[in-house]
This record gives sequence, structure tokens and C-alpha cells, in this order.
Amino acid sequence: MKIYEKIAGWIRQNRGFAGALLLFSVLYLLYNILHPRGFSAAVFVQNSNESVALAFVAMAQTLPVLLGGLDLSVGAVMTLTSCIASTLVSGSPAEIIFGMFVTLLAGTAFGFMNGVIVVYGRIQPIIATLATGAIAIGLALWIRPKPGGDVDGDLNWALTNTVWDFFDTYGLDADAPWLRPFADLPVPVLILFGIALVVWLPFKRSVTGRTVYAIGSAEGAAYMSGLPINRAKIAAFTLGGFFAACGGLYLAIQTSSGNADIQQAGAYTLNSIAAVVLGGTSLLGGIGGAIGSLVGAMILRVISFYFRILSIDPLLQPLIEGLVLLVAVSFGAIRTLRVKNKLELFR
Amino acid sequence: MFNRLSPENKPIAIAAAFVVVILLVGTVYTLATSGTAPLLSPVYLLQQLQTGSFLGICAAGMMMVILLGHIDLSIPWTLAAAAMTASAIGGDMALPVALGVGLTVGLVNGFGVAFLRIPSMIFTLGVDTVLRGLMVAQTGGFAPQDRATPLMLFLAKDKVLGIPVAIFVWAAVSIVISVILTRTGFGKSVYATGSREGAAYLSGIRTRAIIIGAFVISGMCAAIAGFLLTGYSAKAYQGMGNAFLLPAIAAVVLGGTHILGGRGRYVGTLVGVILIVLLNSVLSIMQMAEAGRQIIYGTVIIGMLLVYGRNTRIIS
Repeated sequence: MKIYEKIAGWIRQNRGFAGALLLFSVLYLLYNILHPRGFSAAVFVQNSNESVALAFVAMAQTLPVLLGGLDLSVGAVMTLTSCIASTLVSGSPAEIIFGMFVTLLAGTAFGFMNGVIVVYGRIQPIIATLATGAIAIGLALWIRPKPGGDVDGDLNWALTNTVWDFFDTYGLDADAPWLRPFADLPVPVLILFGIALVVWLPFKRSVTGRTVYAIGSAEGAAYMSGLPINRAKIAAFTLGGFFAACGGLYLAIQTSSGNADIQQAGAYTLNSIAAVVLGGTSLLGGIGGAIGSLVGAMILRVISFYFRILSIDPLLQPLIEGLVLLVAVSFGAIRTLRVKNKLELFR
Repeated sequence: MFNRLSPENKPIAIAAAFVVVILLVGTVYTLATSGTAPLLSPVYLLQQLQTGSFLGICAAGMMMVILLGHIDLSIPWTLAAAAMTASAIGGDMALPVALGVGLTVGLVNGFGVAFLRIPSMIFTLGVDTVLRGLMVAQTGGFAPQDRATPLMLFLAKDKVLGIPVAIFVWAAVSIVISVILTRTGFGKSVYATGSREGAAYLSGIRTRAIIIGAFVISGMCAAIAGFLLTGYSAKAYQGMGNAFLLPAIAAVVLGGTHILGGRGRYVGTLVGVILIVLLNSVLSIMQMAEAGRQIIYGTVIIGMLLVYGRNTRIIS
């Protein structure tokens, strides 16, 4: 009985996240049932490969949204870092590791710059990142005027397949008995959840992380309580830059190239907002989390997977995607029905 | 000298000064390289205003929504949908159809934001995606007529008294918007609702109607811009509106309108549009690569906003 109460309490506190998780589970289960080769490692690997970049960008978007702002530069930072990675991540192992390090550092530094502009320039996040997004795209175009690049082939193969392939590529004992249970898991999923667990969860539990939530709920109250407002804001944007860089690095490794595509950057930014909302994070700030956005991004991707197996007219795909998004966010309207005092609507 | 201006006029004055700086820098550049000063010729300036009119009309609509503290991300495909539907229908019905599309999109956006209370950021984004889907579905299987009608061509390309007609259209839209904002109860209500919706509601303003009205104006402005742009490029095509969303927001904000709503003058938006159009034009005269243009573009926005003065520290 105790455990049920606990679960019920958790669901009540994380309604949006629980809903997203349920929606994703149902959608993905049904997808695998309908798919002729469903529940196989090949399908799992392919699906996760296509979701990773968006999932990282959605996690990057979560932090500014928790503050009550918005980051319009996440897609551009992802593009910039993928262009950097496409020039640096090749050669000897030391060079590869150095390249990955520089890529992640560049994205993190860009996020830090966003934070400094927002905090010390006191410019609204949405408009500040609109401008820095243009700068990021400019830098990306400067690094890579034409699509192309070179990324280490072994790395590409090892990171975009199953754990077995990862061990096999690097000459490790891929058939070791202890590896059996994990052998069929896709590496991209492990990377995604690994970074979420190692970076996001400790951050969320730290004072800085809790301050981010407090700022989103009521900035004035957070300030009066003596919380480190400036530090939390800068940290949030910096961590956002880091997540975007993870997405860019993975995209470069996955496609073995970089492409400074303005349209693509914009599409990633807009999809990241949709993923954040689907994952149960409030655009007003203070409620939600990066794991939810991760699930939200996967929901968006699963919807597009359906088009392949259901042989829907490709011309109708954008329409259906749009309608699903619109209907999903309209569930937020349930809040308005529960509100007792009409003035609460105007927050 | 800027400090004596009121907070609303200061950004406008700075932006206007920056427009002059851009023109001077461009002129110095052309004088140094070719020994001529084409930037100061009326022909060049009128041409810039003509190409700027599409952005200007979009920004006018966007400003109404931003004054409420909301944002309209559906402008790109409202513009494209209005243009594509209008040119597919063709003939005399083209203009009413285009305006009808803008009106419908505005009503849907307004309904979602005002009644369902979904943040405008995500709702208009969804509407934008749906419009894109509708247009892809409509034009994908077969090719409907996409040629500009004679009226579109006249409005976008012809000249009256040596001045492009598009500038007259932009001027007309500008006059209507600024009269609405300064002389009507609706305009005052927009400012009040943007400042604090709860207080406006308690003062008896029907804030839901105001929000819907602003989104309708935004949708119709996007439709007019699409109508003109079809004439200018002689046909309607998918993605024709993509280049207008972010510059429109930037123009409104550079003109001193507060992104959280409640403050801003229409003159500022006008100056903001001219600033962005001239900046783009001078950079292309300098044969700046796309990379450099984007970097300068972003730096200018940040720099200008820093000069405008910073927000107060804590909003509670």
C-alpha cells in the first residue's frame, strides 16, 4: 500500500512528465508491434540514432525554459559545434579526444556567453539568443562554408550501433559473458541517458539547480530568499550550451560531416521548444525537467517513424505532425478549466 | 544627449542615428572603392524601401502581438498560405481570399492564446506547422496556378509618380496601425493588456477580444505581405515567408518595443525595419560573405540593446 501511495504522489507531482512517459511508451510499443521487424536491435538502433541530436537540443532548451525564458540559439549552437567537430574529430586517438573536448568546450563557452549577456546585459533571453544564434550560424558558416568534413570512421561505427559493435570495433572482448545482457543495447541511448544521469541529475539537486527552478517560479521571491540568482542563470545557459554541443558532436559523428544549414538550425530550435512542452515543462518556468524533454523529443521522433510503416501519403506528413503537436499542447488548456479564480489565468 | 529623451523615444533616436551611421559608412566605402555615392541617391533609397515594405508590413503586425507580450511565430506560413491560396484562386477574388486566410489564421491563433490560454510561443508554432502541412498537401499532388495576378504585380512592382506602389501600401498599413495604437480605445487596451492583463481585465477591458484582435491584425498583415511578395517575385512558392520571421521580431525590438509587452511606439518599428534593410543592403554592397553578415547582424542587435539601457534588475 505504501508504495502505491508513493507512486501516486510522484505522479501527482510530475503530471506532465508521467503523461509524456505514458504517451511515449504506448506509441513506441504500438510502433514495434506494427513494424514487420519490431522489437529487434536493428530497429532500436536506427530509431535511437535519429533521436539523439533532437533529444540533446531539447535538453539544452529545457534550462532557459525553466528560468521562464527561451533560448532561440540552441539549434544554431548545435550547428556550430557539429561544424567544429567535423573539422577536428579525426586522426590519432589523442587528436580525436582533443577534438571532442574542444567541440564540447566551444558549445559550453557559447552558452556561458549567452548567460553573461542575459545576466549582465539584462537583455530578455529570447531576444538576446535570437542575436547570438545569428552569430553562431555566422561562425558555423565561416568554419564550414560548404557541407563536408571528415570524422573518424571507427568512431562513427562504434557510436551509432549496439554495445557489441562498440566493443568489437575497438578490439575489446565483445563476447564476454558479463556483456551478454547489454550487448544489444544501442550506444546512442546509453550516451543520452548517461549524460542525463551524470550531468543533469546532480545539477538539478544542487543549490544552483534548485535556484533555477525558484527563479522560474518567482524571481522576486528567489532574490529575497538570498538565492544566487546570477550564478544560477549563467549556469543554466552554460549547461544548455553544453547539451547543445553534445547534440552537435553526436550529429557530426553520426553523419561524418558538418553542414552550416540555417533552415536546419531553425527547425531544431523550434522542434526543441515543442519537445520541451510535450515533455511536461511549463513555458512559464519553474516546472519540468530535462529528462521530460528527452522523452518529449522521442515522442516527436516516434510520430515521424509511424509514417514509414503506415504508408501514409508523404504529402500529408507535415499536416499530421502539425496537428499532433497542436492537439498535444492543447491539453494544456485543461488547466484553464480547473482554475477557480479567473485572475489566476492572467499569469 | 540621448539621456534627456523619454525611455520610449531614446531607442528610436539611437536607432535613427545608427541608420545614418550605416549610410555614412556605406558611402565612405563606395567612395573609396569606386568613387561614387549610390547610397545617397533617391533611386537607391526608394528601391530599398520597396524591398523593405514586405518586412515592414510583417513587422507592423508582429508589433501588435509583441505589445501584448505575446509573439506570433506563424507569420512565415501565414504569409505563404495567403499568397499560395490567393494565386491559386486568381482573378478578382485573390485579394479577399488572401485577407480571408490571414483573418482565419489570426482568429485561430487568438482563440488558442486568449481562450485556451496556451502560451503564444508554442500555439502559433503549432499553427505554423499545420499551415505548412496544409500547403504541402494542397500543392503536392498537382500544381495549382501560382502566377501572380495583375493586381499583385501592380502593387508590388509598378510605380506611381516615380514612387513604387509597394511603398504606398506600406505607408497605408503604417498609418492604419499607428492610428489604431494612438487614437482608438482598442489601441489603448492593447497597451493596458500588455502591461498587466489582470489589471486590464479588472478595469473592464475585454482582454480576450483584444488578444484575438491583435492576432487577427498580425495575420492580415502577413497576408498582405504575402500578396505583395507574390507580385514582386511573380509567383507564390513554399517557404517564401521563412526569411521574414526573425527580422520582423528584431525590427520591432530594435525599435524600442519591449519584448514583454506594454511599451513601444510604431515609429520605432518603422525605424527598426529601415535599419535592418539598410544594414543588409550595405553589407551586400561591401560583398560581405553570408558568415560575416550573420555575425554582424547578431552583434548589432546585442550592441544596440546594450546601448538602449538595461532592464531593471528584478521583476516581481
